[in-house]
Amino acid sequence: MSDAAAHAEDHKPSFWSPARWMFSTNHKDIGTMYLVFAIVAGIIGFTLSGFIRWELAQPGLQLFGGQLGNEHMYNVFVTGHGLIMVFFVVMPAMIGGFGNWFVPLQIGAPDMAFPRMNNISFWLLPAAFAMLLISMFVPGNGSGNGSGTGWVIYPPLSTSGHPGPSMDFAIFSLHLAGASSILGAINFITTIFNMRAPGMTLHKMPLFAWSVLVTAFLLLLSLPVLAGAITMLLTDRNFGTTFFDPAGGGDPVMFQHLFWFFGHPEVYIMILPGFGMVSHIVSTFSKKPIFGYLGMAYAMVAIGFIGFIVWAHHMYTVGMPVDLKAYFVAATMVIAVPTGIKIFSWIATMWGGSISFKTPMVWAIGFIFLFTVGGVTGVVLANAGVDQSLHDTYYVVAHFHYVLSLGAIFSIFAGFYYWLEKMSGYKYSEALGQIHFWITFIGVNLIFFPQHFLGLQGMPRRYVDYPDGFAYWNLVSSIGYAVTAVGTLVFFVMLADTFLRRRPGVANPWGEGATTLEWTLSSPPPFHQFSELPKIKDDSH
Amino acid sequence: MRFLTAFFTSWIALASGALAQAGQPTNGGLGFQRAVTPIMEQVTSFHNLLMIIITVITLFVAGLLVYVIFRFRASANPVPKKFSHNTLVEVLWTAIPVLILVVIAIPSFRLLYAQDVIPDGVREINGEVVAAPAFTIKATGYQWYWGYEYADLGIGEYFSNMIPDDAIDSSAGQLRLLSVDYPLVVPVGATVRMQVTGADVIHNWAMPSFGIKMDAIPGRLNETWFRADEEGTYYGQCSELCGLRHAFMPIEVRVVSQDAFDAWAAAAAEDPDAANALLAEYETDRRETRLAAR
Repeated sequence: MSDAAAHAEDHKPSFWSPARWMFSTNHKDIGTMYLVFAIVAGIIGFTLSGFIRWELAQPGLQLFGGQLGNEHMYNVFVTGHGLIMVFFVVMPAMIGGFGNWFVPLQIGAPDMAFPRMNNISFWLLPAAFAMLLISMFVPGNGSGNGSGTGWVIYPPLSTSGHPGPSMDFAIFSLHLAGASSILGAINFITTIFNMRAPGMTLHKMPLFAWSVLVTAFLLLLSLPVLAGAITMLLTDRNFGTTFFDPAGGGDPVMFQHLFWFFGHPEVYIMILPGFGMVSHIVSTFSKKPIFGYLGMAYAMVAIGFIGFIVWAHHMYTVGMPVDLKAYFVAATMVIAVPTGIKIFSWIATMWGGSISFKTPMVWAIGFIFLFTVGGVTGVVLANAGVDQSLHDTYYVVAHFHYVLSLGAIFSIFAGFYYWLEKMSGYKYSEALGQIHFWITFIGVNLIFFPQHFLGLQGMPRRYVDYPDGFAYWNLVSSIGYAVTAVGTLVFFVMLADTFLRRRPGVANPWGEGATTLEWTLSSPPPFHQFSELPKIKDDSH
Repeated sequence: MRFLTAFFTSWIALASGALAQAGQPTNGGLGFQRAVTPIMEQVTSFHNLLMIIITVITLFVAGLLVYVIFRFRASANPVPKKFSHNTLVEVLWTAIPVLILVVIAIPSFRLLYAQDVIPDGVREINGEVVAAPAFTIKATGYQWYWGYEYADLGIGEYFSNMIPDDAIDSSAGQLRLLSVDYPLVVPVGATVRMQVTGADVIHNWAMPSFGIKMDAIPGRLNETWFRADEEGTYYGQCSELCGLRHAFMPIEVRVVSQDAFDAWAAAAAEDPDAANALLAEYETDRRETRLAAR
């Protein structure tokens, strides 16, 4: 310890110093930047979906018949909404935001293993986001600016179908976002394996740290495959290779295999940290230890593993051999088992508890129910025979929004309210948090539940206009969006209230149920924590 | 129990077609479009089974949550218990889902193989022998219309474009975004082999009432089959994002009597417009017969 450290332990730079943020190597500051970034990107992604629901409120062209661009522009909005929500909202919030903030705190580490790499992980992301936004304003194809390929960017629509530079920008954006995530994953794996406090074995580690560990492995193993696939796409587009062009011996379906080998683990990447957060929240507010801790941890490992061997269930209609489809049906259905273990373990954690329904808890309970709904429709879709009727319809849209928009986003809000006081040092308004939950809960269900009916009736995805027979449920869905928008407004009112009123927070607002290490520190925690490592003695599980 | 039975009966009625029309969506409809092929009938009944299973599971989880919320709220249960293990329930909630999945898997695989393997005139589907395909139709997806070719019948490729909104004749039963100028025509009760491919980007040839959805991929010739058991007009829509006018390349299939089909096919081999006129005549006759029957 130098003299400097002895007399000024914290070394906290001024909030207004640009260098504090630009050159930050502090996991909490970087986590904060990730969260702010996710919120900004979330506003943009949510606005794009608003235009989608506006367009679809009635049959006919409301916005994309020339008013706001043509039908291609609608496809660009759909693509932008998907890519932004996946790569620039859910992933940064969960892994970059909460992961950075709370993995070191929960495992008793002073910081991440590679603080400078942590900095570049974050700053690659605004660059990637800028690339994606630029791609919406440069020529895509003959129909207009932007890439209208859907987030899956299937060739040949993304090669010969989009000759303009827009698609290249989108590809570079994914390269950068992917590099950012791979660096982040390396950082988390190293941190979790090497920097746990003395006495904290892997089997005593908090479940959120477990969930980030599994997520980091999924990122590390799946993103290079995406990087390879989109690099081949790039050379197909610009240098005359024909990886995905049948005219040169390539195969468009090959891209789909590569994409979904990344894409399926990706959906677990987006939900696993949520599983971790919900476990802590349910345990905290039930004042009870997590039920079946080891089962919970290994259920996540199992979900992560199986997540890598089910990818082609996104491709049941490409004309795969029937035996191959049968394999993917069986493998996919197996995922229901570890997922069921998690759902029932959360309920068993609440069973016998003394439950208080604070804002984080209502979000977590909402998550458990909505994730169950999204999960069971996933079992329906797993069956290739029925998927023949439901593939690429709104049933699929409803399913993945139930597990992501209503699952992942609900768990993000649960975690946000759970840790807001810890991160900011200020108390939020419980009333506003509850209002935010109830309006959002009603709104998102109004948006997405009717979409199951639309899908069963046969309405295809990514349609700018639809036959009149789909009008009724589309209108209901669009009304649901308006309700959700009001809920989202309440969220920002809550944020403003928290940071303007500045009600001072306490180290542990949740009482005896909150047992992980972050609650032993002040709120907000010191700029550098655990300069003396905590010792983990008791076996709380 | 009686309540549950009533609930499922009404749900299945709603979901499986009391409200549903064949060939087109119903405004406010809740379930599949009505099935007119053996495969879609099997899809519908399998989906009804799934619907029961997932509804029970969801209600069970919701019921547990509601019970836990009321029974173990802080005011009702101020002192929490501290248990965190119970081997019996952990084994149960692992084993029972496995059993449920097995129950699902058996009809699922039966359906998958029925759907995917082209009938050979020997294999049974839903307990009846389905004839081998009578002929083959090749559908090609273009940006943004379909091309149909009946090579066995000497009908060269003709193109099927959506009828634009301002030309829709609703008195003739045409539907916005669904009706096309030159539909696909098949005889009722005949097994038809469909080959599907794409010319530029990936499209998807989908027909909800038939239970068919097949990607049209450049460089690949995908194969599927159907046997439509009811005369009528059936609509589907391109189901793989294909660019600007993705929403405007619908699929229309007319299922007509064998005689009408033979007449249409003979005409179509020479002149698609003459064939189309025959088809219109057939439709008018059918409508008048139906009116007279009333």
